[in-house]
Formats: sequence, C-alpha cells, structure tokens
Amino acid sequence: MTADFLLLLWTLAKVLAVTIPVVLAVAMFVYWERKVIGWMHVRMGPNQIGPLGLLQAFADVVKLLLKEIVVPTNASRFLFFMAPLMALVPALAAWAVVPFSTGLVLSNINAGVLYLLAMTSMGVYGIILAGWASNSRYALLGAMRSAAQVVSYELAMGLALVCVLVLAGSLNLSRIVEAQGGGLLHWFWLPLLPMAVIYFTAGVAETNRAPFDVAEGESEIVAGFHVEYSGSAFALFFLAEYANMILVSFLASIFFFGGWLSPFPAHWGVIGQGSFFWLLAKAFVLAFLFLWFRATFPRYRYDQIMRLGWKIFIPIGLVWVLVAGLLKYLHIITPGA
Amino acid sequence: MTLQLLAFYFFAFFAVLGALMVISLRNPVHAVLSLVLTFFSIACIWMLMEAEFLALALIVVYVGAVMVLFLFVVMMLDIRVATAREGFIRHLPVGIGVAAIMLAEMVALIGVRAMRVAPPPDPAAVAGESNVAWIGRALYTQYLLPFEVAALILTVGIVAAVALTLRHRSGVRHQDVSRQVAASATGRVRLVSMPAERGDGGAKP
Repeated sequence: MTADFLLLLWTLAKVLAVTIPVVLAVAMFVYWERKVIGWMHVRMGPNQIGPLGLLQAFADVVKLLLKEIVVPTNASRFLFFMAPLMALVPALAAWAVVPFSTGLVLSNINAGVLYLLAMTSMGVYGIILAGWASNSRYALLGAMRSAAQVVSYELAMGLALVCVLVLAGSLNLSRIVEAQGGGLLHWFWLPLLPMAVIYFTAGVAETNRAPFDVAEGESEIVAGFHVEYSGSAFALFFLAEYANMILVSFLASIFFFGGWLSPFPAHWGVIGQGSFFWLLAKAFVLAFLFLWFRATFPRYRYDQIMRLGWKIFIPIGLVWVLVAGLLKYLHIITPGA
Repeated sequence: MTLQLLAFYFFAFFAVLGALMVISLRNPVHAVLSLVLTFFSIACIWMLMEAEFLALALIVVYVGAVMVLFLFVVMMLDIRVATAREGFIRHLPVGIGVAAIMLAEMVALIGVRAMRVAPPPDPAAVAGESNVAWIGRALYTQYLLPFEVAALILTVGIVAAVALTLRHRSGVRHQDVSRQVAASATGRVRLVSMPAERGDGGAKP
C-alpha cells in the first residue's frame, strides 16, 4: 500500500517535471512570437519589462490573474468554468508519451501514437463547451466552426500517422525515432514528404492557428469561442493553444525529422550524437514556422478550409498509405538501418 | 485494498454516475456530456485491465469523434424538453421489459463467467508482445476477411448516408476551383501602352 502511494508520488513528481517546463516554454514562446511578429512588421515587439522585454509574458500572466472573470448572463456556470480546463488538460496530458531522448520519457507505452490521437481529439471539447456555455452567438459560431475543422483535420493527421507507423512498425514513439536511425536521409521526411507537409499543416489547423484560425476570426465573429472569457479563464485557453503548438512541433520532429537523432554522422564527435538538444532545435524551427505563417498568410475562407482537408489532404493521405506499404513491402525502407 | 482496486472503484463510480445523469438530466447538452464522462470512465477501467487498444480506440472513436458530432447536432437542434418528456408513463412498460431482459442477460453472463475456470493468461503477454501488435496481427492475418467485410459495410453505410442527404439544387453558383486556379492575367487584363504626356504636365487643375 505505502509502496503504491510512493509510486504515485514519484509519478506525480515526474509529471510536474514535464509540465512545469512546458508551461515556462509557453511563456517564452509567447514572448518570442510577439518579438518575431514585431520584427516582421518592422516594429520592436515587447521591450519594456525586464531586459529585452523578456519578462513581458510574466507581466501578462499577473495582469490576467488579477482581472475579473465576468460570467455572461444565463451562461451555464459549471460548464463555463470547466471549458478552459477541458481545453488545457488534454494539451498537457499528451506530453506524457513524448520521448525527449533515449529512455527519457514519462510513460513509454506501446500504444503511444493512439494515446496521442486520443488526447488531441479530446481537446476540441474545451472549445465546443466554451462556445456553448457562453450563451453568446459569436462564441457558438466559433465553436461550431472549430468542431467541424478539428474533426476534419484529425482524419488527415491520422492518415499521416498511419504512414509513419507502417514504416516504423511500431506505435511506440521511442521506437519510431529509433526506426529513423542512420542519418538525415533515413528520417521519414524523405519517403513521406507529402505526409510530413500534411501532418504539420493539419497540426496548424488542429491548433486553430493562422491561417486556419476561423474559430477566432476576429474580422467576422469577434474572437470566436473565447469572446466571453476574461482573466485567468482566458489565460487557460491561451496556455492550451500554445502548449498544443509546441506539442505539434515536437511531434512533427519525432515522427518525420528523427526526434533526438543527430543529422550528422556518428563519428563527428559531440554533434554527431543524438541528444535532447537536437529535438529541441528541430521543434524550435517548426514552432517558428507557426509564427511565420501567422505573420505571412491571410486567413483561409471557411469553405476553402473544408475543401483542403477533405478533398486534398485525405485523398493524398490514402494514396500515400499505399505508397508507404509498398516501400515497406519491397524492403526499400527498412527501419533502423 | 490496493491502489488498483481504489482506482477501479473511482472510475466505476463515475461511469455509473455518468450513465445515471445521461437519463436523468433535463438539458440534452448536459446529457451528452455525461455520456462522454461514462465513455471516458469505461476507457479508464479498460486501461486498468491492460486492454490499451480498446481503451484508446474507445476514446478516439467515441469520445473524440462520435460524441463531438452528437454534441454538434444537439446544440444545433432546438429540442423541446416538454414534448420529449411526454408519454413517459405510456412507454414505461416497454422500457421496464427491455431493462429486465438486459439485466437477466447480464446476470447470465456473470454466472457463466463465474462458473468457468480461471481464464487463460493473456496470449500476448505470454509471447512477450504488446497486445496492440497482437491485435493488429490477428486482424490483418487470421481475421482479414471479416475485417475487410466490416470495412466494406461501413463504406456502403457512408455512401448511403451521403446519398440520402444529397440534394441537387438548381441555381446555385458553385465555385469551380480548378478554373479559379487556372485563371491567368492574359485573358482578363489588357495592358494599354500610352504615350507619356508632355509639356505642362500636371499644371492644369
């Protein structure tokens, strides 16, 4: 009994060891986003609080925590406060199976990819509930848009993952990374190039980021599903969105860009060895793409989003599952070469 | 009492609570969410029994997709609670009959399971493999034909559902995306070359 509880405490400690860095990474990522978008707009970005404005995110957190949370009239109170949690919890829970380096993973389960799909598909409840519980038309419209979009792009994302697991022959994320061993050209981005693009694009759509941010659509429906939220409740949505962006970046690096493996040959000394820093560097580049997209592309029109998801990504995905199967069957790709 | 047993009672409590709320709550959206709670608790129980694949498939398929669409529909429909409640007494005998049969079936199942000798150990665990890989191999080799037949039936179902709701309306202005993409400036814009004006250019009001 006591051994059980010690295990429980130890697991909780490990969970915190993953969650707290993720939350801090979100804070720094928000700062980085504002800086990058500022530079792209030929502005300075935040530069007042702390050296180079580095403490801006923390000042924002304090501001949001001190603000009043206004509950709309006739809103469903319980669900109104549950919704931000329902958005945040899956975003953080998904990190449980992300391997950071060899053996450095919170839960090395065999059905890791399935677990990820399960968690990411739960995130949509936060958005739908927020839209419904707010008792506001704009919020409901945003929730509806988001629900349809997330469900559609999940299919494309799932097909991309099917290709990965056909080539890797495992649902375990650590094994998927190990299956890509052997250098830059053995990573799955090369045989699965269209799927890597589709996975990342679907990830952008799943996180409701520009140019797929019709769920917020400031120009049409004010701020979409979280229009009625303020203060710390809004902060939770914010946290969930950015945690999801970082998660998608990490996952794309793991599935298609060799995870913690080094792009250089093993005899190159320290930079030839796989380490957590390679994963971090890859995820950083992909996370930067999110910001770049936001500063570059105008918002998609809603019917175009649906067309892209259903009529372009899913057919390409179906064909590429076949291609991946052939590559594997004809031994053109052998995992862990 | 071990932690595992505690966890089981915890999940089972919420599964039963959720199921009770589905049939007792007045608000249909709340009822759908209670059903989500039940599914999730059941998935947790399955996870406890190390049926990872079933548990995660339940969450991906039912919680992540089916219930989202349910919620979608329930939010859009204006369900009149009063009319839905009418005829409760009239339908009660049928309801009780169905419930009694289901209870008898469940008791029979439990009885049969209890009489059986200890169940054989998990073949996947004996072979030292994960049960996900084991299920995958069984589905795609031993049970390939039933699996494909099931997939085909589902596809037919999808096509039928689309065909039932497909309406061709006249007078709708569709966008032809391939035409839009193929559009080029040459057919639409005419660049006219004009001689530059000279003299007092710009001086006139």
